[in-house]
Amino acid sequence: MYTVTTPLAADRDVVPVMAMPSAAPVESTEAELDGGVDNPWLTVVWDDPVNLMSYVTFVFQRVFGYSREKAHDLMLKVHNDGRAVVSSGSREKVENDVRKLQEAGLWATMQREA
Amino acid sequence: MKAWQRKGSLGGPRIKAVMEAHEVQILHALVSNIVDMLEQRRDSAPRDDLAELTGMRSGHSALPDQAPLARLLPDFHRPEPGKDHDPDALAVTRAHNSGMRMIHEPEIIDAKLSTAVVVLRSLPARGGTVSLTPEQAQAWMGCLNDVRLGLGALLLDAGSVDGVPATDIPEFVPEDDPRSAHLDVYHWLTFMQDSLCTALMGQ
Repeated sequence: MYTVTTPLAADRDVVPVMAMPSAAPVESTEAELDGGVDNPWLTVVWDDPVNLMSYVTFVFQRVFGYSREKAHDLMLKVHNDGRAVVSSGSREKVENDVRKLQEAGLWATMQREA
Repeated sequence: MKAWQRKGSLGGPRIKAVMEAHEVQILHALVSNIVDMLEQRRDSAPRDDLAELTGMRSGHSALPDQAPLARLLPDFHRPEPGKDHDPDALAVTRAHNSGMRMIHEPEIIDAKLSTAVVVLRSLPARGGTVSLTPEQAQAWMGCLNDVRLGLGALLLDAGSVDGVPATDIPEFVPEDDPRSAHLDVYHWLTFMQDSLCTALMGQ
């Protein structure tokens, strides 16, 4: 799976999202979604009754390259608080992070920092 | 079936388990079901002339109706709890989610289909040893997770009270509910996925 999708993900990184005709509705909303226009984007993972703690830890390690300890702590934060911010950065980065986490079956969303 | 075992070999580590023929049948049927759902979703996406010209695919713009598929392909943004009744905030969220879904859903479906293919190809038709490379084991974990998410969505529905889905997998489903059969399978898949994760991470 991952060897197959990596080249696509690399292509996606260099495709300016706003150049895509289908992305038009997004443009007008980019400034909003919970936070200010200058704030970074956040990748949020929500607690879920199905995903296993061991699997969520594994996915954080694999997608972000986090150490087992950091991945485990983030997983516990999702479990205990109902959600956790697992990465942040530019809109393109966070969009890609959300996509990769959703491919792995995690309930991931993006928002601007409040 | 027993827990997955990690074994060293000349060609690198392998993750192995023995599956009975009926276990193979059940898993094959469940994975095929996910494949059918995802392919139908992919193939029913609106065709966009410009997208075809440029070679960029465009997916659906709305959340799927069926609960299992909706859980496999969630929205990219979720309103803050409490803000989900504000019509302006909802309109912004809806527009963002449509745009993100059109761009990313085809690729997410592809990724899920590619893990499913790995599982279907490595299943021994008459039962026997499943022997996976670490890469194949990763695909198995993702696919088992998708099957559990799909079944889990049905079970959460089965546990609904007054039309509100349960927040945890119900411990019992009444026997006259056709979804009651899913519960044992769900727990079996949970065991299989957890043991695979342990074997792969080398704990």
